[in-house]
Amino acid sequence: MIRIVDYGVGNIQAFVTMFKRLGIPAKRAHTPADLADATRLILPGVGAFDHAIQLLNQSGMREPLEAMVLRQQVPVLGVCVGMQMLASGSDEGVLPGLNWIPGRVRAFANTPEAEHLPMPHMGWNDLQVKPGAKLFTGFEPQPRFYFLHSYYFACDDQAHVAATATYGLQFDCVVSKGYIHGVQCHPEKSHHFGAQLLKNFAEL
Amino acid sequence: MLRPRIIPCLLIHKGGLVKTQAFKSPKYVGDPINAVKIFNEKEADELVVLDIDATANGVEPNYTLIAKLAAECRMPLCYGGGITTAEQASRIIDLGVEKVAISAAAVANPGLLTAIANAIGRQSVVAVLDLRKKTGLLAKGYEVCTHNGKTIHKIDPVTLAKTLQDAGAGEIVLNSVDRDGEMKGYDLALAQQVREALRVPMTVLGGAGSLDDIGALIRACGVVGAAVGSLFVFKGKYRAVLINYPTTAQKDEMFRAARV
Repeated sequence: MIRIVDYGVGNIQAFVTMFKRLGIPAKRAHTPADLADATRLILPGVGAFDHAIQLLNQSGMREPLEAMVLRQQVPVLGVCVGMQMLASGSDEGVLPGLNWIPGRVRAFANTPEAEHLPMPHMGWNDLQVKPGAKLFTGFEPQPRFYFLHSYYFACDDQAHVAATATYGLQFDCVVSKGYIHGVQCHPEKSHHFGAQLLKNFAEL
Repeated sequence: MLRPRIIPCLLIHKGGLVKTQAFKSPKYVGDPINAVKIFNEKEADELVVLDIDATANGVEPNYTLIAKLAAECRMPLCYGGGITTAEQASRIIDLGVEKVAISAAAVANPGLLTAIANAIGRQSVVAVLDLRKKTGLLAKGYEVCTHNGKTIHKIDPVTLAKTLQDAGAGEIVLNSVDRDGEMKGYDLALAQQVREALRVPMTVLGGAGSLDDIGALIRACGVVGAAVGSLFVFKGKYRAVLINYPTTAQKDEMFRAARV
């Protein structure tokens, strides 16, 4: 069973709908008890970094999640701000992140390459996928995904970068460290590309 | 490379899908859910659905319809019509919608966008400006309209667009009342003028009659949202209803020609 962590932000319904279409069992998790049967976890998120972290902390699900991911090695996929939460922290806020993948979330607006571009980075962009990235097994070259964000994940270790995209500068848009994965773009709304990525995650 | 967004814009009137001309004479063109299914198959970049009855009739958004649309829609969905509070916006986002579009309520009170942005994040807040060329002797420039073009606001569109951006809009949609359903091209001069004043993404609606018109908008404004009504629901000069959308290859060719 895939559990989609419903801590109060993020488009939970879009994931439920997408997995239903793919014929993959998936349900929301509102409480720690809901997480018990999870063999895969989706950590969604939208809006401000600190707001998302605060809501996750208040949900009572943070500690069980950390136990499941860090000790039981249950595969997890963070999406959008859910991916950013995997970092140690964000330039958008002051609260620490989950620190599951070494790196920090930075603002496009603070870079000379992107400060003049419209914000948020909104729309369909090409991904440059690293060879062997497991989430992209069976993909055509340069898949396109939908993005909607103003901050990006900057990995400390290039070994954790599974794919990059370019908006003024090249940034890390898919990260993987063992069974911990994060995608900045929105697989739940990226047509056949997104469906394939979620299917790959379910079958990892 | 970030691509321009080619966005079908669907209008809901009395529960059905319609297409208007100059905001008048709505013509029934089909069932909204069926249209969403077709745009799924064609892998449209995004979808905008506007309920043109809600604000005019002073009623709340139709959550039942929105839930059905969101469940069916496999691309990012923007819904507008009748939203007047942050609670309503949050409820719509919870149904599985990516963005909410606000027009009349934001023009009346830009602070509403701040409240909505605080609730759902500014990336999900879209402000729609309905604009009409001023008429009359010596008249110059544009006026802002709401309530399906029936209420006029004496305010400069560029100033208002910036105000709404600063208040919390993550995207501005320019909607030309005069060009609605005309299929004779976008108002490029207006689009360029507003683009230069904004730092959030902009989408232009009203006037697309061919893929060349969309290409012209992209040449004028760069990476922009091109929203399309009539062109994607009608075929031929007799305006037979046929939902259509360019292929990825057609779009890529258009972007190459426009040197995005």
